[in-house]
Amino acid sequence: MSRNGPLALCYHALFVTFMLAPILVVCFVAFTPEGYLSFPTDRWSLRWFYAIGRYPEFISAFWRSLWLGALSSAIAVAFSVPAALAIARYRFRGREAMTALFMSPLMIPHVVLGIAFLRFFTELGLGGTFMGLVLAHIVIVLPFALRLTLASAVGLDRSIEHAAISLGASEGTVLRRITLPLVLPGLVSGWALAFINSFDEVTMTVFIAAPGTETLPVRMFLYIQDNIDPLVTSVSACVIAVTVAALIVLDRAYGLERLLVGRSADGR
Amino acid sequence: MSAVADTAPQGAAEERSARAPWALTAPALMLFVGVLLIPLAMTVMLSFHDWGQYKGIEPVFILKNWREIATDLYYAEMFWRTFRIALLTTLITAVLGAPEACILNRMSGRWKSFFLLVILGPLLISVVARTLGWALLFGGNSGLLNKALISMGLISAPLPFMFTETGMVVALAHVLMPYMVLAVWAALQRLDPQVENAAVALGAGPVTVLRRIVLPQVMPGILSGAIIVFALAASAFATPAIIGGRRLKVASTLAYDEFLNTLNWPLGAAVAVLLLLVLVLIVVGASRLVERRYAQVFG
Repeated sequence: MSRNGPLALCYHALFVTFMLAPILVVCFVAFTPEGYLSFPTDRWSLRWFYAIGRYPEFISAFWRSLWLGALSSAIAVAFSVPAALAIARYRFRGREAMTALFMSPLMIPHVVLGIAFLRFFTELGLGGTFMGLVLAHIVIVLPFALRLTLASAVGLDRSIEHAAISLGASEGTVLRRITLPLVLPGLVSGWALAFINSFDEVTMTVFIAAPGTETLPVRMFLYIQDNIDPLVTSVSACVIAVTVAALIVLDRAYGLERLLVGRSADGR
Repeated sequence: MSAVADTAPQGAAEERSARAPWALTAPALMLFVGVLLIPLAMTVMLSFHDWGQYKGIEPVFILKNWREIATDLYYAEMFWRTFRIALLTTLITAVLGAPEACILNRMSGRWKSFFLLVILGPLLISVVARTLGWALLFGGNSGLLNKALISMGLISAPLPFMFTETGMVVALAHVLMPYMVLAVWAALQRLDPQVENAAVALGAGPVTVLRRIVLPQVMPGILSGAIIVFALAASAFATPAIIGGRRLKVASTLAYDEFLNTLNWPLGAAVAVLLLLVLVLIVVGASRLVERRYAQVFG
């Protein structure tokens, strides 16, 4: 295998600049001391970060996003674990079709899902409620939870379970002491990936969130549609900071590479 | 739970293992039928309903919305724009992303994982925040990007990026780039680097190695990445909405407008259902082609 030449490294530098530029620009502009969009040249200021405190809708949207992500991901994982065990262990009629159904929210444009949920929840009287948001988010993050729990359920060594049974363990004990601990890494990373996807989701949520139930990305999106000012850059900078922190933790704990490549490569 | 089905007497075991998978998947299956399939079916039905400014939605079965989409050139132009943007975005991510994946693959351990984190990480950062970054860089006619391009001597007059298709393509290419790098990188992991060395040892030049060895082996990765990027670009919402503003519409932003501004839900549903149908046809068709062409690689 050959090393990268100088030309390749130049290209690499340009590419990394392209990938990071828009993210860094948001973070820089957030520190502007001016009342308009500008780069902080001679001095930096936190005034726009303090300004977030005067807009309670951003704060409440942040907490709502956090709860929504945590709750819907937890429920999605609870649904995925038995489904993943069934798909990993049994060859039954309809297995392929069922897996395709569970993965389908990845394929369906989120605009279509947003419209479908809006119509459905309005008919049910759940329009604009937190309950509706949770149900919708469970459906869209379940594929992420299922993929990672499925990956760990497929790799599970069943002879450990058989050993436990032959030593007299009951079904409940095997599940609690053997099976669940073995799929735990997949379960935790599945939850984390589901959480991030729920926390970032905007396209589908913008259809079903009402003024009292807006999530943070929806609030930011609607704000930007009206006007772009330094306030929304400081909110975005906070979101970026939280995501980067989560990313580093996730990378250390599980390996981003494994998390993302596992997610893209096991589709077949 | 049926993890222990095989300890039960033979007949009972068979019966249980036939029922067990259904019992285990039942909760998720019920959820998906109730909260995914039924709403989708309702949306398809909605697209056949009638709507009027004052009467609202009328649950009848008519082809009015579909006829409007088929005959009004506005929709043809809008769908053509949507798929043109998606195609350009896909091309750019393939042309720029594939070489970068190869460069990443040649890096040594620590640098490789660091830059993989830098390049794939943005995938998990909010799309709204990333698009906001592009809106700041474009910033009308005097934006930072134009200043940089002019000072490098690449252009003489500022290019319009904001509220244009060019701007949408650039921002979408950035937003979706990680998927392409990821797909090509995953394909590269399956390669044997010794084949490249063997070609060099047999006297092949760098161009020949690239054309005859690397490219054919990376192609399945590029194609599967292209399918993902195309599908996501054609159905993207937040980026076209922010960069395109209120006038330059793509399919998803038009459907949003019909739903939340005009309130013509049946028409919006028809636009969305058409987008879904076209995308499913393209994605399934392209996947079939790729899998048939590269059956030996995937097998």
